[in-house]
Amino acid sequence: MSETSTSTAVKVIAFQLLDKEYALPVNQVHSIEKLMHITRVPGTVPFVKGVINLRGVVTPIIDLRNRFGLSDEQYDDTTRIIIAALDDMEVGLIVDGANDVLDIPVEAIEPQPEVVGSLGDEYITGVAKLEKRLLIMLSLEKIFK
Amino acid sequence: MDTNQYLEIFIDESKEHLQAMNEHLLQLEKDPTNINIVNEVFRSAHTLKGMSATMGYEDLANLTHKLENVLDAIRNHKISVTLEIMDTVFSSVDDLEAMVHDISSGGEGKRDVTEVVTKLLQIEQGELVSSIAASSEGKQETSETETGLQYDEFERTVIEQSKEQGFTCYEVVVSLRADCVLKAARVFMVFDVLEKCGEVIKSVPASEQLEEEKFDEHFTVTLLTKEPVEDIQEKVKKVSEVDNVKITEISNSATLAPEQQPEVKAETTSEEPKKAEEKQAEKKPVVKKAEENKGSKQAVSNKTIRVNIERLDILMNLFEELVIDRGRLESISGELNHSELNETVERMSRISGDLQNIILNMRMVPVETVFNRFPKLVRQLSRDLGKQINLEIIGAETELDRTVIDEIGDPLVHLIRNAGDHGIEMPDDRVAKGKPAEGTIKLKAYHSGNHVFIEIEDDGAGINKDKVLKKALDKGIVTEEQALSLDDRQIFELIMASGFSTADVISDLSGRGVGLDVVKTTIESLGGSITIDSVEGAGSTFLIQLPLTLSIISVMLVEVEKEKYAIPLSSIIETAIVKKDEILNAHDQQVIDFRGKVVPLLFLDDIFTVPKQENDDRFYSVVIVRKGEKMAGLVVDSFIGQQEVVLKGLGNYLTNVFAISGATILGDGQVALIVDCNALIK
Repeated sequence: MSETSTSTAVKVIAFQLLDKEYALPVNQVHSIEKLMHITRVPGTVPFVKGVINLRGVVTPIIDLRNRFGLSDEQYDDTTRIIIAALDDMEVGLIVDGANDVLDIPVEAIEPQPEVVGSLGDEYITGVAKLEKRLLIMLSLEKIFK
Repeated sequence: MDTNQYLEIFIDESKEHLQAMNEHLLQLEKDPTNINIVNEVFRSAHTLKGMSATMGYEDLANLTHKLENVLDAIRNHKISVTLEIMDTVFSSVDDLEAMVHDISSGGEGKRDVTEVVTKLLQIEQGELVSSIAASSEGKQETSETETGLQYDEFERTVIEQSKEQGFTCYEVVVSLRADCVLKAARVFMVFDVLEKCGEVIKSVPASEQLEEEKFDEHFTVTLLTKEPVEDIQEKVKKVSEVDNVKITEISNSATLAPEQQPEVKAETTSEEPKKAEEKQAEKKPVVKKAEENKGSKQAVSNKTIRVNIERLDILMNLFEELVIDRGRLESISGELNHSELNETVERMSRISGDLQNIILNMRMVPVETVFNRFPKLVRQLSRDLGKQINLEIIGAETELDRTVIDEIGDPLVHLIRNAGDHGIEMPDDRVAKGKPAEGTIKLKAYHSGNHVFIEIEDDGAGINKDKVLKKALDKGIVTEEQALSLDDRQIFELIMASGFSTADVISDLSGRGVGLDVVKTTIESLGGSITIDSVEGAGSTFLIQLPLTLSIISVMLVEVEKEKYAIPLSSIIETAIVKKDEILNAHDQQVIDFRGKVVPLLFLDDIFTVPKQENDDRFYSVVIVRKGEKMAGLVVDSFIGQQEVVLKGLGNYLTNVFAISGATILGDGQVALIVDCNALIK
């Protein structure tokens, strides 16, 4: 992402999936919503859960667990929808919880270690170490594909 | 001068004038001796010149000026209208259009027009020489000199025109008292009085200077009126501090005969010497006046204002939100069952219904706005192809939503070109076939139900089925077996299949084929459809069906298990309850006998893979839908009811979802998907 190379710190939204923490640059995130009624859209790929009414705009929803091939889990009170936007596409991402806005120094971001393994590593742009936390930086382009 | 704020108006008006010129020029071509038409064109050209000069678009003004000279010569019978002249005039109008287009897209309106200018000059001068030799009136020369005289010439045009309509032209010299304090206020009052009597077309000094009190005690106003001199004199004198009013009539000869031109000029300028720029500045208000003058005559029956389309879009969006909330209110009041609330909600629904009609109507534009560029297109087409083509337009006043209008232009151009190119035969061939040498393309628009139909009909060669079929087989669009079962209409529709046309097939195919698949796709993306009828040797008809509006539609809400779907009312024939034992099996397909017709059943829960619970209803709720003449019965769990909904897209991420044409937001805030019946019926 271009921001990471031009500024010294990048602001991200951190969220959980299972036991891991992921992050998206704050400028790609429009809002974070609580779970609401999702209308199923038939004939789409399984990870597209359907569409929601986001203040009058019909917005498609992707379940990130499904997208990354993680185990399914019931949605609960902490489940959130992160409304992310790329170019003119606006898509909601279902995550297990989202509660942090962080500044990550550019130096802390490292490229994805090659052996990290199985969990949807093609969606990852880098890994950020922040004190004891490990944040996995995601690429919207890959997720939307 | 900061002209930015006027730019939009300038562009709009320029386009209107250019369109008017195009239309009148086409009329002129058919009726070359009609000087009234020339006058119309001249007036448009002149206004355009004035506007562009004021806005600082020199190239535009120059070319219009040259064009005007030629028109003037035609008007004065120095040049007679020939095809070559018309071609040059048309191409210069094309150039003007290109310039205005450039300006509207942020450019400078510059363009290399030397070729056209030279041609215009040749036409003008070629005739001028002979006319001067014949020592006729030297009017052309006056228009040839600097722009200051142009203004007088224009004034003359206006006066001449008004006189024909029974107005008299007066020069009113008003003297104010020497001790007058608020001169500008008095001037304003005098103008007010005069404008009530008639039309002020000119003042010396110019109105700006009068406002700034840059004059002594006198000023002169040129007035067009039908009222007698005495009345005017009386009325002006009633304004306080007016010392004297002198009114003289400007006779025909004084204004119109060029010999006396200098005298008139001397008379007016003696009051206050004018500088060239002042005249330039003055030109704008005068030009505007003339236009208002013209406009006001038409405006009596039809008062309009210009509204930026963006504002209408915003209004529409806001209203859509309101429609959603109206739905919500209706469902809440339905639950609460409170009589006063119900009453209020009902009232509100009715009012918002009316409001919806008005807003939708506001966005309606006559198809004329698209159609009016076709006469020129066809003219060009017939010149290029060496064919004789006559374009007949019927129903240009039919109205369509602007969103549809914007999209429909290109497909229509395509179809008309196609009809001219491949439909209409060469004149000789036509005569040999016993048809009139001149081919006709009929463009017809009309309303029917919730749809607008546009027909493009030609009396040309028609479509050769065998050739189309052969081509389609060669291209692998259909297989041999498929080909055998196709009916005529299906064969014609092959020409719109993608991959059918390539550049080299056109020439050896008597039929058609240039990118018609694009036309089909565009029309279908608008929620419309296109069908073709053709009789070989007698011509073809392309019929386009379009929805009236794209934003608010009536739907029938149905429930399938726990999911709600909306089916557009426009494709529903009726609903029915069918007993389970009335269902017949035709091979794999379950069908019902519906009013004597065999209608296949489609189970929405299967098509949309709705998670279902087992049930053994003895009755099925069926919605009978149609696509063209074909029908199908959609089996649903229950009908909810009819509702007006706002059509929304599924967003840019989800495109091409099978059998879903969009979504809408219901009263409870949930999203319901809209079923695309066209995709369900093959």
